[in-house]
Amino acid sequence: MRAVITVIGKDMVGILAKVSSCCAEYNVNVCEVTQSVLQDMFAMIMMSDVSNCSVSFDEFCEQMATLGKENNLSIHVMHEDIFNSMHRI
Amino acid sequence: MLNVGDILETIQMIDNENLDIRTVTMGISLLDCADSDIDKACEKVYEKIVRSAKDLVPVCEKIERELGIPIINKRISVTPIAMIAAACQSSNIVKFALTLERVAQTVGVNFIGGYSALVHKGFSSGDYALIESIPEALASTEHVCSSVNVGSTKVGINMDAVAMMGKSIRKCSELTADRDCIGAAKLVVFCNAPEDNPFMAGAFHGVGEPDCVINVGVSGPGVVRAALAKSQGLDITGVAELVKRTAFKITRMGQLVAQMAAERLFVPFGIVDLSLAPTPAVGDSVAHILEEMGLEQCGACGTTACLALLNDAVKKGGVMASSQVGGLSGAFIPVSEDAGMIDAARNGTLCIEKLEAMTAVCSVGLDMIVIPGDTPAEVISGIIADEAAIGMVNSKTTAVRLIPAIGKKMGDELNFGGLLGSGPVMKVNTSSPAKFIGRGGQLPAPMQALKN
Repeated sequence: MRAVITVIGKDMVGILAKVSSCCAEYNVNVCEVTQSVLQDMFAMIMMSDVSNCSVSFDEFCEQMATLGKENNLSIHVMHEDIFNSMHRI
Repeated sequence: MLNVGDILETIQMIDNENLDIRTVTMGISLLDCADSDIDKACEKVYEKIVRSAKDLVPVCEKIERELGIPIINKRISVTPIAMIAAACQSSNIVKFALTLERVAQTVGVNFIGGYSALVHKGFSSGDYALIESIPEALASTEHVCSSVNVGSTKVGINMDAVAMMGKSIRKCSELTADRDCIGAAKLVVFCNAPEDNPFMAGAFHGVGEPDCVINVGVSGPGVVRAALAKSQGLDITGVAELVKRTAFKITRMGQLVAQMAAERLFVPFGIVDLSLAPTPAVGDSVAHILEEMGLEQCGACGTTACLALLNDAVKKGGVMASSQVGGLSGAFIPVSEDAGMIDAARNGTLCIEKLEAMTAVCSVGLDMIVIPGDTPAEVISGIIADEAAIGMVNSKTTAVRLIPAIGKKMGDELNFGGLLGSGPVMKVNTSSPAKFIGRGGQLPAPMQALKN
């Protein structure tokens, strides 16, 4: 299953590193990354493959959300279908 | 790859604009549970619902987490209990309501609808007993919802049932006066009741439906309002277009969730209800959409026109987003469940007469309106008759859910809590229709009924 990880927050050093190392820790493969910094707001979107994730999807979401809280970022992990169905006909 | 803007838009809708799936409702047929022994029938009902719906809540919760979108309510609708009760030789059919309550607690759903009777052309065995038992059933249960269909475009309006329901609504309030009259908030009187409605209190599982089915109701007034707020300076055609586009996106969520839930529960997918259902939460109000269109406050002159536009655009946008559309489909205007409507009712801008006009162009009827506790039953029946006539003549669903606030009068408020919200007591014209209501009989169907 492919999941979209979105990271939004104030720009600072090491966001990409922290998020991607968390992915690596749970054996989640990052397929694509786009990021942009608007003024000082950081927005990153990672397309990832969670089919070989070492923990359950729920737990991975929670870990990501906790990582977000610790770093003052808003991190969401959502199934890619929600975006596909909303924005593609 | 997905567009960054699109992804952020979806997250913004869920995080800040209250986008959610209002309800996943499992419809379950109880036709095979009828038994002449009421205790046996209740046992069959319990067993069948638990067997069919035991996974409903866990599956929905899993979908919520995977997609990252909240599913606010998980509900069950069942075959109108009057049909099952008709087989029983018992006068105490409240047992069915208590069984449904027990089921709701076992499977963990928020509401269970279907303590209902369809009497638009007359009463059959079981219907009288059920209607008589509604006040007691709703007072002695927490999760059970009841509805009665008193009219339809095809057959007209059963005025005997209209008279009964006026009394029944009052009784529901009286029996639950110590709990903010919550009983009446769980009872709705319909004209042209849809058989696949996922929304409470009016959900029941129609006889033409499959054995078990998943229906989904979406929400999202906040998303529509925010989209309008971001696009200043549109003419009214532009406003309609924007609502349509937004409704499309909202409904796609409903379609996705409905398909996932149906697949995982091994139950056919029924319909998506294209609805804008408000909650009392700030930023989740249908009234605020109308105000965003340019009204000083909901209830001002122009409200009906704005609501007509909104209701139509929601359907046009939603219909392409879903493979099967049904239920009530349209904008809801439940007064106590909508922050903007509560404010408008409090300061007198919104009155019952205006709401009645609004119901001619939107998907429901006079919904969640608190009226003075001393309103006579005949006046309530008069309101039901008016509303049913609007539905009958316009070939649409209308409903009445009034809550007589026992012991309270104008200026007081009732507070139901949760999604049901709170509402001020609204003024009712008490000039008596008693003689008209007392006549009884069948109000004939209009010419529109003769389409064949």
